[in-house]
Amino acid sequence: MTDSYDGPILEIDQLSISFFTRLREIPAVMDFSVKVMPGEAVGLVGESGCGKSTVALGVMQDLGKNGRIVDGSIKFKGRNLNEMSQEELRQIRGSEIAMIYQEPMASLNPAMKIGKQLMEVPMIHRGSSEKEAYDRALQVVTDVKLPDPKRILDSYPHQLSGGQQQRIVIAMALMAEPSLLILDEPTTALDVTVEAAVVELVKELGKKYGTSMLFISHNLGLVLETCDRICVMYSGEAVERGSIKDVFDEMQHPYTQALFRSIPLPGADKNAAPLRAIPGNFPLPHERPPGCNFGPRCDYFEAGRCDAQDIPMQPVPGNDRHATRCLKFQEIDWNAPLAKSDITEKPEPGRVVLKMDDLKKYYEVAANALFGKRGDTKVVKANETLSFEARESETLAIVGESGCGKSTFAKVLMGLETATEGQILLDNRNIESTAIEDRDTQTVADVQMVFQNPFDTLNPSMTVGRQIIRALEVFGIGNSDGERRKRMLQLLDLVKLPRAFADRMPRQLSGGQKQRVGIARAFAGNARIVVADEPVSALDVSVQAAVTDLLMEIQREQKTTLLFISHDLSIVRYLADRVMVMYLGHVVELGSTDQVFSPPYHPYTEALLSAVPIADTRVKKKHIVLEGDIPSAMNPPSGCPFQTRCRWKSQVPGGLCEKEVPPVRQLGDGHQVKCHLSDAELASMEPVIQIAAE
Amino acid sequence: MEPLSWFEIITRVLLQFMPVWISLIALFTLSIVYKRRLGLYGKLFDSTIGMIGFALVMFWVFTGIFGALDMIITHDPLSQLSGMKNKLPGTPLPRPDEGQYPYYLFGGDNLARDVFSRMVKGAWIVVQIAPLATLFAFMVGITLGLPAGYYGGRLDTLLSFFANLILAFPVILLFYLLVTPEIVETGIPSYMATVLFVFPLIFVGVLLNSRYKTQPKVRTPLLFAVLGILGWLYLSLISEAGSKVSVLPGFLDLFDIPAGILVVFVSVVFVNSPTVFRIVRGLAMDIKTRDYVAAAQTRGEGPWYIMLWEILPNARGPLIVDFCLRIGYTTILLGTLGFFGLGLSPESPDWGTTINDGRRLLQIYLHPAIVPAVALLSMVLGLNLLADGLREESLRD
Amino acid sequence: MGLFILRRVGVMILTGLCLTFLVFSLTNLYPNLEKLAKTQGNFRMSDAEVTSYLERNGYLQPMIVKYGEWLGVVPSYRHENSDGTIQGRCIQPGQAPEDAPHFCGVLQGYWGFSTVFKDEVGSIIATRLGLTGKLMLWVMLLMVPSALILGVLSGMREGSKMDRTLSTISITTTATPEYVSGVILIAVFASSTVGLKWFKGTATSAMESANFENFFLPVLTISLYGMGYIARMTRASMAEVMTAQYIRTARLKGVSFGNIVVKHALRNALIAPFTVIMLQFPWLLNGVVIVETLFNYKGFGWTLVQAASNNDIELLLGVSVVSVFVVLVTQLISDIGYVYLNPRISVS
Repeated sequence: MTDSYDGPILEIDQLSISFFTRLREIPAVMDFSVKVMPGEAVGLVGESGCGKSTVALGVMQDLGKNGRIVDGSIKFKGRNLNEMSQEELRQIRGSEIAMIYQEPMASLNPAMKIGKQLMEVPMIHRGSSEKEAYDRALQVVTDVKLPDPKRILDSYPHQLSGGQQQRIVIAMALMAEPSLLILDEPTTALDVTVEAAVVELVKELGKKYGTSMLFISHNLGLVLETCDRICVMYSGEAVERGSIKDVFDEMQHPYTQALFRSIPLPGADKNAAPLRAIPGNFPLPHERPPGCNFGPRCDYFEAGRCDAQDIPMQPVPGNDRHATRCLKFQEIDWNAPLAKSDITEKPEPGRVVLKMDDLKKYYEVAANALFGKRGDTKVVKANETLSFEARESETLAIVGESGCGKSTFAKVLMGLETATEGQILLDNRNIESTAIEDRDTQTVADVQMVFQNPFDTLNPSMTVGRQIIRALEVFGIGNSDGERRKRMLQLLDLVKLPRAFADRMPRQLSGGQKQRVGIARAFAGNARIVVADEPVSALDVSVQAAVTDLLMEIQREQKTTLLFISHDLSIVRYLADRVMVMYLGHVVELGSTDQVFSPPYHPYTEALLSAVPIADTRVKKKHIVLEGDIPSAMNPPSGCPFQTRCRWKSQVPGGLCEKEVPPVRQLGDGHQVKCHLSDAELASMEPVIQIAAE
Repeated sequence: MEPLSWFEIITRVLLQFMPVWISLIALFTLSIVYKRRLGLYGKLFDSTIGMIGFALVMFWVFTGIFGALDMIITHDPLSQLSGMKNKLPGTPLPRPDEGQYPYYLFGGDNLARDVFSRMVKGAWIVVQIAPLATLFAFMVGITLGLPAGYYGGRLDTLLSFFANLILAFPVILLFYLLVTPEIVETGIPSYMATVLFVFPLIFVGVLLNSRYKTQPKVRTPLLFAVLGILGWLYLSLISEAGSKVSVLPGFLDLFDIPAGILVVFVSVVFVNSPTVFRIVRGLAMDIKTRDYVAAAQTRGEGPWYIMLWEILPNARGPLIVDFCLRIGYTTILLGTLGFFGLGLSPESPDWGTTINDGRRLLQIYLHPAIVPAVALLSMVLGLNLLADGLREESLRD
Repeated sequence: MGLFILRRVGVMILTGLCLTFLVFSLTNLYPNLEKLAKTQGNFRMSDAEVTSYLERNGYLQPMIVKYGEWLGVVPSYRHENSDGTIQGRCIQPGQAPEDAPHFCGVLQGYWGFSTVFKDEVGSIIATRLGLTGKLMLWVMLLMVPSALILGVLSGMREGSKMDRTLSTISITTTATPEYVSGVILIAVFASSTVGLKWFKGTATSAMESANFENFFLPVLTISLYGMGYIARMTRASMAEVMTAQYIRTARLKGVSFGNIVVKHALRNALIAPFTVIMLQFPWLLNGVVIVETLFNYKGFGWTLVQAASNNDIELLLGVSVVSVFVVLVTQLISDIGYVYLNPRISVS
């Protein structure tokens, strides 16, 4: 950039944005101020619905038909964006300010070649010739570390993987070397290891091009890794603003504090130091309380003071540009230890209820779904020799990224699919080849499932109570409608929902509440084994804690065996007793939580641990970035499934990794890994996560 | 007497429709007052387009009903009055009898019948057949489309092949093949009716069975009662003394459908079903991937429970919209049949037949063809607008 | 790709066989044949005479055999009369039975003889199809571009005034079947009493020399109905594309509105309407039949009506085969075109 402007790149001052519906005005962002200096990366953090994406669209002046900036100013390099004409805005968009979004596939034009989409940017903004634009595109695609740039430029978006698409979106944003890059949850749709690589790339390119960044995320760990400064938002307002270090270590707002207490950081433990969920619910935009928006959920709330007037942002003395929207921040003892509320005994795992023995599930698929002829099939090995045991009141976590076979495993266990080989023993009875319709009611009721997406888990056109009663009917519980209704109300009590919810429709419930109903439904027949398929990954952090704790509590009471499927290692470490790591259908590591989270690791576990962002400034992580994407299960690599991305591969002599699937090796105490590395190599591994001494 | 001026004609016509106006006003007042409690139907009253469409549709529905009760019409739609042949709108009767309406408000047709009364009576034919035929088409389409979409595989391939077979058939050709006296003679339409009309029975039976399977004490009597009544209606419907299908002795036969109407009804259902099938199949394929379907599967629900109680209710939005559009399309098809003189008797006052009668002298006398044409246009337009309004409002959630 | 087309053609042939068999069975039902016998012979034939007539002409064989003969895969039926002469479908009058071919069906190019027009079915269909082709060409030229323009214009800014206006127009035209719009158009533009008298209310003269005056109304009538439908499809598809994330990407890349519509939205938005246009053919055929009847234009649709209402079995069969064939071919084109338009379906 040639201009010699050296003030803040972006300065948002007291911005208010509202959406107008037929009924009312809904304020989405209120009195929001933030400053982004040249070369600085500012993180914008908050739960869904807090208005962080609206701020980004406000900056882009792209609020749609119903949205309008009602107050305040957005200055880009000193010029007020609110007062610009469409033509002026068009010149700034893409060349000075660029944006990267959540869904890479959706943000690329499916009917246009990648090259053309990239070349468009310099051709519009710099009047470049086609040749110049092509050269520039080639260079940027090389910059984002995509293999074979020429081929990529000549392909359509659907021909690339998710990670590659996101790199293209980043490349497109960087085509004109913008001064400001807005990233709206850029990695949410990606797998953890891919996310780590993309984050790494963004950081690196940000430095290389000297771009300022506004990084929007719900993930505090990610913001810690990428940003210099942070702004925490709650219900349309910025509640705390400051440098990463100030906000993470010396937070001055009760919401920030509550947020940190509800995420599983290293050291949290489901029995000794349980998470603390934020009580209550996120207020709807048109039902915000008077005064402090966080007031009704705040531990330090003082009636008559916190709800008396609008609370302004106040600087925190002594810190650099650190401000908080709390009246009492100087009165609160921020270091007071958390009241040790309910410490529970770790329950002893009981007898073995479920045993998998060399379970295999292969699918036959047409090689080319649309044009293949019959008989031309390919075998997809979704699960390869799965063996483990699960005991009563034990939590077994199954960890892996997309395509690792965890969902297939769940389907086989539930009886929605039958196993190809091997056996599943439930109380020493074989159920691997009994499909669900052939199972007796008791077996079906015993093995139940909690689903991932709260918005999908309940039938939208049936009341909550009716859905639970239906489960009771199917499981043959209760002799009359009255009895079943009583039992249904008890189940609502169990998941801590008001009984009045029985007559509500699912759309009247929040995500967390729906997930609770899903849990109630799963436990309707006194399930002994519950498969929880990422039950909290779609929920906001503060709600995650509540739902997780609910699951733990029911498990303790009912001695349930919980199979917890997740990709989030933080939560797994918090609640699992034993962990099973899967990659492309193989179990690569299995052991107790401590065994898996400390060396020796399987190389994949090591990379996974390094990839998960942790929102704790004390944590020092070893930096391991995996190359490339997860191979497709349709076309797995030869030998060890992980060999294409493994950084230890060179340590194994004779190219063994490419030839043979490694054997399962016992490392003692039930800890097993599937790896060719020698014992010495395994022993030499260093811990990935270390907590710096305080 | 002098012929009426245009202003007088309009005033008199509006006056003649008085019962319709009163009903419309009552319906709209009630609906708007309680619109927040009426779900999707209530939300319709937030959309101008939807309200206009609904008003047009209800206008013809009320007209049909009151017309059937002989309320709005001024003359018998079939009687010919000498001297009124091809007379222009507003022409007075030459020798009005005592109590006879003294004018042909919209003139007379080429057989000297009252165009206005024929239009009103024509509405009743459409209002009777179109929604019912569409409903039957939906029953068939849903009963076959759900399993095709849910199971997929060979069943889907087979059913889709048959659906495409019918869809590849030009509608008009099908009508010419099906709706002829020769075909009626062979009994093919009656056999088709026997097959097509059994679908609602299957649908209701499976619907109730899957819902109450877990409570045999409730289910068995309920199924007996409901299927008993429906079965009787079904047998009465298909069985007709003297036709090929005569299974029910006369004293048990509740009603008879004239062969012409039955054949029209059957062919309209037959033509519409494949399209409904395709829509339902697509929706089922989409919805079956939802977690609540998986949840139902994991608690061991039967496939029909899942299809009818988990999938179908959640496909209702697009289906309701299509239902409205399809009634419109059926109305057009009925008109087409009338236009080609297929099925309905040549005397019939339905709009298609009247347009066909009127078009022969169109160059000289406009009114006999224009009046039913505009009536049909406004009714179908109303249905289309209604569907549009519903679509818009159901998307707004 | 070749394999794909091959499979589609296979399915198409199967569909064609099923449909023609269906038509064949429906037209060769006993009551139809009885009527045929009576129209060919005389109306006071006794039942025995009817049977013997049908017997002589091979109409009493099993349906599937008759279908095979008609198709040309089963040797044609021959009947030895009491006087020793041999008569049969393949034997032309005056031709010696030995010289006549054994197979004479559709596959051999023999389509039968029309009882109404007293002519070879093949040649009737060829002429009539030519006339209808002329009509359809103009319909396509009028309907497709105007429908697409209408749809794109109203879909690119959903909810705007222009959208409202154009949508209302397209809804109205879809609600107007040809026999209604035709009547209204004739009344307004062609009626000799009160109309504007700009056009002619009949298109009979257009068969020889079509001009704007005698041909515009039928073309417009068919176009209007399909136009609204396609326009609405295009609008829906366009409106959906315009809310897609990649359009926002383009907008925030600084692409101007015109270029967004033309370069980014159009191709994606046209995928759905393209298939619709192709699948419109069975519908258009409907329109053709109505309009040709209404405007007295003696094309393919008019022939269909004549054949059907006069129990002209062979002609009706020929007409059905052609229309089914046209429909199936357009479906094939629609499938192939879809694959080309949509890069997401790869053809490897």
